[in-house]
Amino acid sequence: MTSHDTLPSRHDAQASPDGGAPRKRRPRQTVGGALLALLAELLIIAGAGTGLYVVWTAWWTDVVAVNEQHKLVETLHQPEVKKVAGTERRADVPVLAEPPALSDVFGTMQIPRFGADYTRPIGEGTDREKVLNTIGLGHYQGTAMPGAEGNFAVAGHRVTYGKPLNQIADLKTGDSIVVRVTDAKTKFDNWYVYKVTDSQIVTPDHIETIAPVPNKPGVEPTTDDRWLTLTACHPMWSAAQRYVVHAKMDYWMPASEGTPKELTETPK
Amino acid sequence: MIFPLVWRVLPGPTALKVIELLVLLLLLVFVLFTWVFPYIAADILPPPDGTVDSTPRP
Repeated sequence: MTSHDTLPSRHDAQASPDGGAPRKRRPRQTVGGALLALLAELLIIAGAGTGLYVVWTAWWTDVVAVNEQHKLVETLHQPEVKKVAGTERRADVPVLAEPPALSDVFGTMQIPRFGADYTRPIGEGTDREKVLNTIGLGHYQGTAMPGAEGNFAVAGHRVTYGKPLNQIADLKTGDSIVVRVTDAKTKFDNWYVYKVTDSQIVTPDHIETIAPVPNKPGVEPTTDDRWLTLTACHPMWSAAQRYVVHAKMDYWMPASEGTPKELTETPK
Repeated sequence: MIFPLVWRVLPGPTALKVIELLVLLLLLVFVLFTWVFPYIAADILPPPDGTVDSTPRP
């Protein structure tokens, strides 16, 4: 026998029946022992498979989705903008019509608190497969579009699939959320700058958080009610609750004029 | 048993068997990542998606 005697080999199988090697022979396997060994192997395989599944959800879906989301931002063909800060406008807010089709990408979101390179596409709808798992941020269909009176409500994963709202709990009152809506066909290209007002943790049935005036269902929004709401899972990895952040529009600016100053500053 | 059987079925000397085993494992991971796990995530164990909704979800 060689040093490999812990590894079963053809040699073992042949040596066993005649009892020729008395020194280091394996005990004859009983049926119960064989079943136990099989069970042990199946458990090892199940454990390895479960471990791999965790690796896949926690890591691989991010790799795939972040790559995909970068490509989607490029499909918008957003023109390069000047670094200068343009005029902040608060009246006559232009609003793009809501895209008719699920999973249409109509804009991007930048949140300086999440890092200077944080730019994610926003898709129409909150379908898990078609929008949230691929595009990332999904606009609740039927809620207001950016800049409009009402509530521009957006959902996103907090973990897995590119985790666009991973750091949602880091947002503080006054933080900026900058949305750029681009439609190359109609030459529509505008920035909308929102400021975080508050956050709340609710169970998933609290749809009044995305009402036109947040948490006041039935109330008609006025010109002062241009809201943005983000919803993500809470706690991380759980579906028990939702972390909800509300923000209010501060100003808008045509993208041809420059870049909102919020994108060139680092948040405190 | 499964592991000894796989080891016996693989042809060649030990060094080659190790390489074959690694290739098989990579292939297995590829199949799991591409088809099996996405199916499990979509239909069996959907991850939390972060939406508020009036209809409760599993």
